[in-house]
Amino acid sequence: METFHFILANLPVIWQRTVEHIMLVSVAVAVAIVTGVTIGILITQSKVAADRVLYVAAVIMTIPSIALFGLLIPVLSLIGQGIGYLPAVIALILYAQLPIIRNTYTAIMNVDPGLREAARGMGMTVLQRLRIVELPIALPVIVNGIRNAVVLNIAIAAVATYIGAGGLGTFISRGISQTDIRQLITGALAVSLLAIVADFALLALQRFLTSPGLRD
Amino acid sequence: MIRLERLTKTFGTVTAVDHVDMDVPDGAVCVLLGPSGCGKTTTMKMINRLIPPTSGKIYLNGRDTAGVNEVELRRSIGYVIQQIGLFPNKTVEDNICVVPDLLGWDRKKSRARAADLLAMVNLEPATFLKRYPKELSGGQQQRVGVIRALAADPPVLLMDEPFGAIDPINREVIQDEFMKLQAELKKTIVFVSHDIDEAVKMASLIAIFRDGRLIQFDTPDMILANPIDSFVADFVGGDRTLKRLRLVKVADAMMSDPPRVTAEDSLDTAAAKMEEHGHISIVMVGPRGRARGMIRIEDAKTKKGLVGEHVEPLPGMIRVDNDLRNAVSMMFSHGATWLACVDDDGFYKGYVTQRGITRLLGANYRA
Repeated sequence: METFHFILANLPVIWQRTVEHIMLVSVAVAVAIVTGVTIGILITQSKVAADRVLYVAAVIMTIPSIALFGLLIPVLSLIGQGIGYLPAVIALILYAQLPIIRNTYTAIMNVDPGLREAARGMGMTVLQRLRIVELPIALPVIVNGIRNAVVLNIAIAAVATYIGAGGLGTFISRGISQTDIRQLITGALAVSLLAIVADFALLALQRFLTSPGLRD
Repeated sequence: MIRLERLTKTFGTVTAVDHVDMDVPDGAVCVLLGPSGCGKTTTMKMINRLIPPTSGKIYLNGRDTAGVNEVELRRSIGYVIQQIGLFPNKTVEDNICVVPDLLGWDRKKSRARAADLLAMVNLEPATFLKRYPKELSGGQQQRVGVIRALAADPPVLLMDEPFGAIDPINREVIQDEFMKLQAELKKTIVFVSHDIDEAVKMASLIAIFRDGRLIQFDTPDMILANPIDSFVADFVGGDRTLKRLRLVKVADAMMSDPPRVTAEDSLDTAAAKMEEHGHISIVMVGPRGRARGMIRIEDAKTKKGLVGEHVEPLPGMIRVDNDLRNAVSMMFSHGATWLACVDDDGFYKGYVTQRGITRLLGANYRA
């Protein structure tokens, strides 16, 4: 009940923190899509490169987020950006790489070799083959990777408040430091709700982007 | 015309295709035939440079393809593969229009052509244009695969075991459909197969490969009649004579301009005609020349009267445009040693005998 009153009384602040949170994740995921999909496509050309890249991306995933934020502080301090928005975005981009790269790579590798052969035989260039055949067929799986990355980033972004990046994590960190259960629950609820909404929204997007010929 | 000159492909130390020379005239269906690993597929794929030749030349209508951009080259050659390779994310219509779209054709024109092509393979355009490949049966998919290769109206078609993945019954149907289409379109086709029956049925020329070499290149009938060595003989099969029956038309095996009688002739006339030709029976025709029945020599000699009073039914009639396989089959099923041959309107044109067929098929072996 107390929490409920707190939420009602602080709606404008909650909204502002939510927008911060969304902006943080959106920028990170947008960059991660560009880099991740590109890398995922490039490594389909070489098994060795693919193994290495996927290994590195998997290692990054295992670094605890708080440790990664810590690691970025001395590096980015060199350009005076040790804490705040920039290190948070960079860390989120790194975490989003693995699901996006892996799904892009797997989806393209799984395109039926007969389709690739037909595309080449009919006179498509490599880029046309990618645009007309491989990417449209891989798209549902790639969007699935993006969904994973977004949900993951929404959770990790909550920790970014410790390096001053704002967002919904602020309620959680203050809730802990001030032993204020209302703020803690508010933050946790908001982060969960945001993750669920984003997940469903992307699921809808995935369905929308999938060619009817590829739907089950 | 497609001309291959000393075409060679080596992979490391392995020679996959070894100095192949070949001329495929316009409008011919050339089937490349041989066991797996014989170089037939590699040879075909060098024509559209999916595999670059190690040495040798390929000319399409006199033009050396080495000087042509490979993407442009492929767009000017139809390509059909066994896996069909329809793009699952595109409708049937868009699949058919892939090459026209790559070539930048007007959309209206290419879509109209897609509908025409579907109709040509007996798929109702209104039903199928907007469907996706997964909504089609295997046979329907392969029909679309074939017309997709024809969409930009290329003069040359490459087909890599196109009907190999289709069940035997549907395969026959699609082969027949395709031959009908080809009779109309007269494309120059290079067709890879490992199925001698398919080759005999479809080919105007058969090229038999072994270990990367072209060992015999001739018409199906010549290959069946005169295999160049024991490998070819084994490959075409112990029943090659039976296979030839399919290739020879009744018209080519029959004795034409045969003696005949009418119902009003006397039996004496009939007997005289038979003796003159050394026959033991003679066909009776109607007033305008349609085959109606027959008279045996023993009846003609022992009985009196007119032919019309003693006529017996014919042992069997076959149309001149049928092949000898039908003729032999009819002889066996009717227990006959000869058949009367008639044209589409039933006019008597000649006769075929078992002995005549045997002699015809035997003559080529001795030649």
